[in-house]
Amino acid sequence: MMTKRRSKWPLLLLLLGPTFLLFTFFVVVPVIEAAVFSLYKWNGLGPLGDFRGLNNFWTLFQNAVFHKALTNNLAIVFFSLVVEVPLALYLALILGRSRFKFAVLFRTIFFLPYVFSEIISGLLWQFIYHPQRGLVHAFYAAFLPDASVPAVLGNPDTVLAGIMVVIVWKYFGFHMSILIAGLQDIPEELKEAARMDGATESQTTRRIILPLLLPTILISVFFAVVGSFQVFDTIWAMGKGDPVNAAESVVTYLYKFGIQRFNIGYGSAVAVTIFLICLTFSLTYNRLISRVEKR
Amino acid sequence: MKSPLLRRLVPSILEYFVCMVLAGIVLIPLYLSVVGGFKSSGQLAIDPLGLPNPFLWNQYGDLLLGTVGTFWRSLWNSLFVAGATVFLTLMLCVMAAFALARLPFRGRGLLNTYFMLGLLFPLAVAILPLYLQIRTVGLLDSPWGVVLPQVAFAVPMTVLLLRGFFLSIPQDLEDACAIDGYGPLGFLFYMVLPLSTPILSTTAVLALVSSWNNFFLPLLVFNSENLFTLPLGVMSFQGQHASDWQMILAYLTLVMVPAVALFIAAQRYIVAGLTGGALKG
Repeated sequence: MMTKRRSKWPLLLLLLGPTFLLFTFFVVVPVIEAAVFSLYKWNGLGPLGDFRGLNNFWTLFQNAVFHKALTNNLAIVFFSLVVEVPLALYLALILGRSRFKFAVLFRTIFFLPYVFSEIISGLLWQFIYHPQRGLVHAFYAAFLPDASVPAVLGNPDTVLAGIMVVIVWKYFGFHMSILIAGLQDIPEELKEAARMDGATESQTTRRIILPLLLPTILISVFFAVVGSFQVFDTIWAMGKGDPVNAAESVVTYLYKFGIQRFNIGYGSAVAVTIFLICLTFSLTYNRLISRVEKR
Repeated sequence: MKSPLLRRLVPSILEYFVCMVLAGIVLIPLYLSVVGGFKSSGQLAIDPLGLPNPFLWNQYGDLLLGTVGTFWRSLWNSLFVAGATVFLTLMLCVMAAFALARLPFRGRGLLNTYFMLGLLFPLAVAILPLYLQIRTVGLLDSPWGVVLPQVAFAVPMTVLLLRGFFLSIPQDLEDACAIDGYGPLGFLFYMVLPLSTPILSTTAVLALVSSWNNFFLPLLVFNSENLFTLPLGVMSFQGQHASDWQMILAYLTLVMVPAVALFIAAQRYIVAGLTGGALKG
């Protein structure tokens, strides 16, 4: 028995060792380092000596561009929750029904933008918004020839709205698919039973389907929120957060003010802040989800 | 007689209308890109929606022949990085998840929690020290500087999904294998892996799509243009040809083609993989 147990360790080392080392080296150590670096002023070269305590955080919290970035992220969260998820839910309820003709075709089309890189969708829409080339330009030329064409992405007041449209365009099909998968887990007999009892279509939806779908809706909301806090590529492809930092997100802020300027300490403070926001949200939200699931 | 029929018909007409409009909003940008690549600069400016007239092949031609841009090079780089990421992620995580699910040892629960903590950290949080770490091991400007961190960040989700599946395989099967004289590795190769194709395809799709579309990490790691993956390649191409939108659209179309082809060919697996990964995680 003893020899047998001892001989198990080489196998365990073989199976777990590489993953453990890789994960520790590229995930755990950098995360811990980020927490440490955030307390220093450091350009990434030479020794780490200039300890600043929480100074990086105070500077960050007073920075107007960071405020703008954070507000933008919250706006994206809000827009996702008010437009993207409800739209996805509406479509899931329609296309989850098997007797809806061409349901599979529509589902495929709606999911399609999700498989493209955000760089692709961002650049495509940059063309659409282009004031001298794209669709917006063609629309004005055809219907409002006298008006000047708005530069959606060139105007600090409209650039964020322009980007949010692209985010919804890219992700609503993904949320729809999550919700359809959740719908398919609801037993057919329950809907059947409700119908037998004389419930109308909309009553069945409101009283039976939506409550049972709630856990899936909450997952979809979770992805919308956490995803919104990590937006980078789409913004980068649509003007890199400009004009005048109007479309900055917390991650583009991290990239511009941490990496491009080699402010490793300050950038790490941004990273830690993003992490704490996401963590707080995840923990509170998970508690909410498990409470809902218990009911 | 008429009113119940109407009551059923009107909402469904509305539903079809909504679906058609949305399908248009999804497809029109893609259509614009495909036809835009065949148009002259002049036509693109006044008539983005119409069919190409004159029909110009040279934009797609130049890109495919490599006289303009580096499409094939970037495609190959994307394939290499994604292939290596998927292969390593599956190989390492199958081994780790198998040990965590089927081999009892001291500290197993702790190790599992250790991996699961990774679910809390998005790549962006660790990106600065990660960059320094990649620099320390001399992998800046090397494909492995993207592959290895991608694998590492895929570990938590992949292990979570695989371990969950491996745990659900009945003990009876393992006992039967043991009676036939197979050890743990024999059980893994002859029993667990053949049973696991659905979950393996789910995790492979997740790793493939996230590697294929990854932009942030390659942006930091790659400096030389001959290493650029497709998202980086498109982005730098757009920077160099900022006013030649017919050229950029042709490039975008070429980049979308492999993604659409793969999506249509393996649609079931891709939708199930991407949504299933989200739901089980």
